[in-house]
Amino acid sequence: MVVRALRDEGVKYIYGYPGGALLHVYDAIFQQEEVEHILVRHEQAATHMADAYARATGKAGVALVTSGPGATNAVTGIATAYMDSIPMVVITGQVMSYLIGEDAFQETDMVGISRPIVKHNFSVQSAEEIPETIKKAFHIAQTGRPGPVVVDIPKDCTTPTERYEYEYPKNVKMRSYNPITRGHTGQIKKAVDLLLSAKRPVLYTGGGVVLGDASAELIELAQMLNVPVTNTLMGLGGYPGTDRQFVGMLGMHGSYEANMVMHHSDLIIAVGARFDDRVTNGVDKFCPTAKIVHIDVDPASISKTIRADVPIVGPAKSVLGEMIQLVKASKKALDAEAIKSWWEQIEEWRGRHGGRFRTDDSELMKPQQVIEMLSKVTNGDAYVCSDVGQHQMFAAQYYKFNKPNRWINSGGLGTMGFGFPAAMGVKLNFPDADVACVTGEGSIQMNIQELSTCSQYDMPVKIICLNNQSLGMVRQWQDMNYESRHSQSYMKSLPDFVKLVESYGHVGMRVDKYSDLEAAMTEAFAMKDRLVFMDIAVDPFEHVYPMQVPRGSMRDMWLSKTERT
Amino acid sequence: MRHIISVLMENEPGALSRVVGLFSQRNYNIESLTVAPTEDETLSRLTVTTLGDDRVIEQITKQLNKLIDIVKVVDLTEGEHIERELMMIKMKANNGQVRAEIKRTADIFRGHIIDITPNTFTVQLVGSSDKLDAFITALGTANIMEVVRSGVSGIARGEKVLSL
Repeated sequence: MVVRALRDEGVKYIYGYPGGALLHVYDAIFQQEEVEHILVRHEQAATHMADAYARATGKAGVALVTSGPGATNAVTGIATAYMDSIPMVVITGQVMSYLIGEDAFQETDMVGISRPIVKHNFSVQSAEEIPETIKKAFHIAQTGRPGPVVVDIPKDCTTPTERYEYEYPKNVKMRSYNPITRGHTGQIKKAVDLLLSAKRPVLYTGGGVVLGDASAELIELAQMLNVPVTNTLMGLGGYPGTDRQFVGMLGMHGSYEANMVMHHSDLIIAVGARFDDRVTNGVDKFCPTAKIVHIDVDPASISKTIRADVPIVGPAKSVLGEMIQLVKASKKALDAEAIKSWWEQIEEWRGRHGGRFRTDDSELMKPQQVIEMLSKVTNGDAYVCSDVGQHQMFAAQYYKFNKPNRWINSGGLGTMGFGFPAAMGVKLNFPDADVACVTGEGSIQMNIQELSTCSQYDMPVKIICLNNQSLGMVRQWQDMNYESRHSQSYMKSLPDFVKLVESYGHVGMRVDKYSDLEAAMTEAFAMKDRLVFMDIAVDPFEHVYPMQVPRGSMRDMWLSKTERT
Repeated sequence: MRHIISVLMENEPGALSRVVGLFSQRNYNIESLTVAPTEDETLSRLTVTTLGDDRVIEQITKQLNKLIDIVKVVDLTEGEHIERELMMIKMKANNGQVRAEIKRTADIFRGHIIDITPNTFTVQLVGSSDKLDAFITALGTANIMEVVRSGVSGIARGEKVLSL
């Protein structure tokens, strides 16, 4: 019933790892061909693969893990998806229902453990419930503000000798769950009025635009009115990275111009973004002259940290669509003079910093150079799946994303080990696309066992490892706040990554000089059917800048090791 | 400020733990909590009293509304409402003077003595939480052996109802 329900939901791949509680389900998987199962080497990777599939397509990915340790290994992946509002269905096996509560072998209370990190979870009580429960799980995961849903199924609910009527419901209706489908017209009118009378407006957009498929509407609205756009870490690609109106990412490691635009604006239109602490910096000093319009599908995200003047609860796509219609119909227009001088100011900021970094203070390559090269070699079209740390910020700053759903990273939870399985999940579903995992020698070792899965299923991702022989982001904070006492941030005994990947049957490359980089990277991406691991030696002393000064305003930033705003 | 939040939710296993979990997870305060099924056995009514400024209360109601098992949420303190709590209190009553004192105070507070032994009185009292507090203050804590309180239940005044 489980496998049939997944098939009827249109699921092509499930990612998982078998175990006692799931043996009946795995036997059913064996006896059919429509739903293909990918056997990972650790359950965390299964959840990240399902998660990345969802990030690239907008549809819920499915992970299947057994009870006890299988389920607890999946917890990090579920929390990762939860923090970034990613639709995912995780089916966890459970011990026989008559053993629940008796500390049986491989028993954990997965419904209890996962409760704070899921949108919802279900504990199946009888086999007849399975089809409807799975339908509900997909419905909840994919609608409203998306999120992971766990379905816990005791082994005796999957006994193959017991037969039940099977019908997969076409729709589900739940009286307690009615996600909002459009914004309040009066509020949208108010927002448009504010927008058309603004002198220094900015569109601040997040993951809600990417997940809510609202990129086209965002571009139309922004370009119609010539308003600058900044994206959050999760929102990158929602607006084209090479467009003139794009001022870069904002926040802790945001661009100088993006943070300056925010601080000096008189109207912030926030779309599918949640004023996270990594964006706002000190909330009491946040954008003192700005009025705030906040559009979000989740009412609880509005006025949570920063009070909105005009709250609009609704999906980004429909709300932005209505705004476009109202702007077109309005007799009012933006004050052209004001917008002109706003842009002059922005261009001045852009000219002052504009993402420059030094290359003359080290013999070694700069990590930023590697990302710029990646952007060049892949034409800004690759799926870039990042791990967590300095390399993640460099990738966010220097890769120019021109399309949504191409930048895949763990923003909210900051899960090291996410990038590689994520890249696998994307590559499997988009076999013809370039898929890069940007990582460091720290992060990659958190899920490196998946090199084996890649051999088994032939997933030729490209691993771009910025090897600085240290946990770079930790080290940067230690440099800045702990007088360079590098407590446990230096990695000794690194493996020879080239030999390591070769032992799994993949291709390894070591690059030490910038002059070799372009040729090596071009060669790597030309090997369409091989996994290539590029171990690239970069300057271990490089820091990510700009970096906001803690608890300051948006505009308080370090611009390099010596310059401050 | 103290708020009384009333919640109508699916009467399903785990629903209560989601509510309680939400409060601890997000660092909200629970002063008291009561829950029982309604006349429709598929629904439970939960009343929680909590402390917080307007911003916190707004977040609490929004976050509660987000829980899938929850059907409706209302902050009773926003309008006219009635709140009641039940208390049973067992006290040492081993001489005539104390027994008379307890009896008299219970009468003033419209309580009932619901159990007697030669050495104890057990009093039942219904009212607002303040009234129950006042009863304890009036009698002093010296003779109290045991106190059990139900937590607050509340209902809106007038024709307003919390239902499907």
